[in-house]
Amino acid sequence: MSYCKQEGKDRVIFVTKEDHEAPSNAELIEDDPNDPYEDQGLILPNGDINWNCPCLGGMASGPCGQQFKEAFSCFHYSKEELKGSDCVENFRSMQECMQKYPELYPQEDDDSAPSGGADNAPTASTSTDSFPTSSPDSTPATTKNLAAS
Amino acid sequence: MFRCKTVWNKLAPLARASSTLCLQNARKSALRHGRRLEMVQKAQMSSGPAGGGGENTLYYVLIGATCLGTGVYAYRTVSGDKERYNERMIEIASRPKQGPQAAEALAEVVAESKEDAAPLESIPEPSSEPVKSEPVAEEPTLTEPPAEEVLVTEADVESTESEPVAEVPVTEPNVEEPVEASIPEPTVESPLREPVVEASVTEPVAEAPAVTQNDEPLAPVVESETEPTPVIIAEHVPEASSVSEIAADSKAAPAAEPIEPTAAPSDVPEHAPYLLIGGGTASFAAARSIRARDPGARVLIVTEESDLPYMRPPLSKELWFSDDPKAVETLHFKQWNGKERSIYFQPPSFYVSPADLAKVENGGVAVLTGRKVVHMDVRGNKVKLSDGAEISYEKCLIATGGVPRNLQVIERAGEEVMKRTTLFRKIEDFRSLEKISGEVKSITIIGGGFLGSELACALGRRSTDAGLKVVQMFPEKGNMGKVLPEYLSNWTTEKVRKEGVSVITEAVVKNVTYKNDGLEIKLKDGRLFKTDHIVAAVGLEPSVELAKSAGLEVDSDFGGYRVNSELQACSNIWVAGDAACFYDIKLGRRRVEHHDHAVVSGRLAGENMTGASKPYWHQSMFWSDLGPDVGYEAIGIVDSSLPTVGVFAKATAKDTPKAATELSGTGIRSESETEAVAGTLKSETTATPPPTQQKEDYGKGVIFYLRDQVVVGIVLWNVFNRMPIARKIIKDGEQHGDLNEVAKLFNIHED
Repeated sequence: MSYCKQEGKDRVIFVTKEDHEAPSNAELIEDDPNDPYEDQGLILPNGDINWNCPCLGGMASGPCGQQFKEAFSCFHYSKEELKGSDCVENFRSMQECMQKYPELYPQEDDDSAPSGGADNAPTASTSTDSFPTSSPDSTPATTKNLAAS
Repeated sequence: MFRCKTVWNKLAPLARASSTLCLQNARKSALRHGRRLEMVQKAQMSSGPAGGGGENTLYYVLIGATCLGTGVYAYRTVSGDKERYNERMIEIASRPKQGPQAAEALAEVVAESKEDAAPLESIPEPSSEPVKSEPVAEEPTLTEPPAEEVLVTEADVESTESEPVAEVPVTEPNVEEPVEASIPEPTVESPLREPVVEASVTEPVAEAPAVTQNDEPLAPVVESETEPTPVIIAEHVPEASSVSEIAADSKAAPAAEPIEPTAAPSDVPEHAPYLLIGGGTASFAAARSIRARDPGARVLIVTEESDLPYMRPPLSKELWFSDDPKAVETLHFKQWNGKERSIYFQPPSFYVSPADLAKVENGGVAVLTGRKVVHMDVRGNKVKLSDGAEISYEKCLIATGGVPRNLQVIERAGEEVMKRTTLFRKIEDFRSLEKISGEVKSITIIGGGFLGSELACALGRRSTDAGLKVVQMFPEKGNMGKVLPEYLSNWTTEKVRKEGVSVITEAVVKNVTYKNDGLEIKLKDGRLFKTDHIVAAVGLEPSVELAKSAGLEVDSDFGGYRVNSELQACSNIWVAGDAACFYDIKLGRRRVEHHDHAVVSGRLAGENMTGASKPYWHQSMFWSDLGPDVGYEAIGIVDSSLPTVGVFAKATAKDTPKAATELSGTGIRSESETEAVAGTLKSETTATPPPTQQKEDYGKGVIFYLRDQVVVGIVLWNVFNRMPIARKIIKDGEQHGDLNEVAKLFNIHED
């Protein structure tokens, strides 16, 4: 059985697991998916890419940010059957740029390959970053993201 | 008052006599209205030893003497106070973080140094006006139009009066400082003479030991001044002797501690579309945000520190627990998920050099270290640096953070005490404290908040192996007394004690003295403690020195620059991080000094600087770890003075103490919790298994902080990965009838 006590202005409740098994009847307000203030995910409601998404880490803001944005945008809007196949050039220039900064973009196998497509691009930022490019988050609701992304 | 007392005591017998008379008179005259004293006296039967009339005289003499004594005493006190006040003002002005205004008032001497001719050529500089001097770390500089050199000389000569406060460590002029390899530096004693040709050679002036003025006659100064006379040319005159006054600094940081800036003044760009003042977490987050949203943006960060932007939390947590002996050097630490990283946000190759900022094709982020912004010209959209350089901007962010507060009793205690006191905030403080912890026998931490408690636990860890005694003292009743409700604060204090720390609660420091090569701390209640070193963790003073020149409002309740809900102070100026007192739409006006807030507000400021116009919406959180058993995350307003409701998982027979499973072995997290490998990477404990009613074990639970029945703050006590739910509850701002129901949302019994 749970019990409760009062310590001055503070109330303390001890609950057992059973007590908490019943679903909560607390009411939460519905979230508005189009709320402009809310932190957006990687893709904005209007379909654009949110370059400020913490999940991208520092990819869009680093020295190769421009190339990255071009490559990823191209991929995102690509209508080809093999998505991104028309973006090889962009990815190539991005990879060239990244090779100039091995510290920032540590090269791992296949991650930055142009044919890997943009799928790998955000993950590249996750997996290749053993160094501080960021601690990427998959959700924008960053909690303790120290990498200031 | 004491003097009066002694006088009084001496004349006690007479005093008693006349006072009894007085009383009787008073009584009688009270009964007979309007009877005058003399007349009443005459009606007395017997009088004191001296007889009737003589008594009167004696009485008057006594009163007269007392008044005289009072007068003399009062005069002495007032003039003594005035003296002390003046000394104090001087001392305050000598502190590095105090506004240039204060220092300017005192420092009349100009320190001169070589200037960069190139970028500054076009900028006319005021002549003999004493430049706002940055005491200690930075050297006041002055650029003078050549024509006025003679004038300057005189001015210099005149102004080389002795600084009463000067401690007279005559440190070498900045000249001696080996600046940069590229600059050949003549190591001349006083006068530094540079042919104009080399005027284009730059010297990072930022940190330079200033030379104290001594009482020497003007002769040597004059000599040194006359040397460079032939140098006059239309370029900026590189002035010779850097004779500057040090507002004497009695602090631990010696004046002669030059910090090498990594960029030379020639690198100072004239214009930066985005100028970020301050090089900490908020600034870096803003830089990233700007770069993400404005393609090709050119961002210049100007920081006083000599380090590139880095994160602070590991300085009081992870770095202390690292097994790597080189961690102090490399500043690498292991995150909770095992991955190692540096405290620097990005390696140096990420940044563009300030000189290239204007030219590089796709823009970038440049960091100008070792430079302080001392003046803001809001109408002209430009700032002035400590070395005289000016940078114009289009959008500016102020993210100057703050400086650690110190206790007045320590500041007044003298240099020996100050030398043995650490104010903890930066990398250098960490390195110095780490070194000291290996050398001394006892360390006392004053302060029971986040920083104090974390450092206490970190040092407490070392106490057993290193034979180090760690004491923590604070005025509250328990650790985190201002944050956690009392029952939890007490529980936390016990945990801290288990970490090897001797916790002294309800301790108000009355004074600190240096005795026998150690420090003696005396508390108000009389207790005495001896220690070798003190760490003062008593809060942060936001740096608002630019408020005056920029015409920005400073908040009187919370401190910091007052900004609106979009973090904007005025048209082109935003403020983020520790220094921003902003309006939170949900929770009201506040100022937050946490890491995640710096990230969130920096990011928001960056967005708004690129046109987003978003208010502070995403609620930031914070966390703390105190050893392996106590870890919590919190969000919103977490103030122990608010009424709270805590819902804890009742310990059952099934609960057992579990060891922390995290790789670093300490249950310490510093990364996003969305990366959590569910369930394995947090520490859990129940200190005592048995579920008896007497023994309360606050193993894990949720605590709600209420204001007018609405939840404004939540602490997740040893439950992790639930921050999004907490955030949602605060965002809703609803009045919940039964908080137990709300607590159910957190599923505290699960891992």
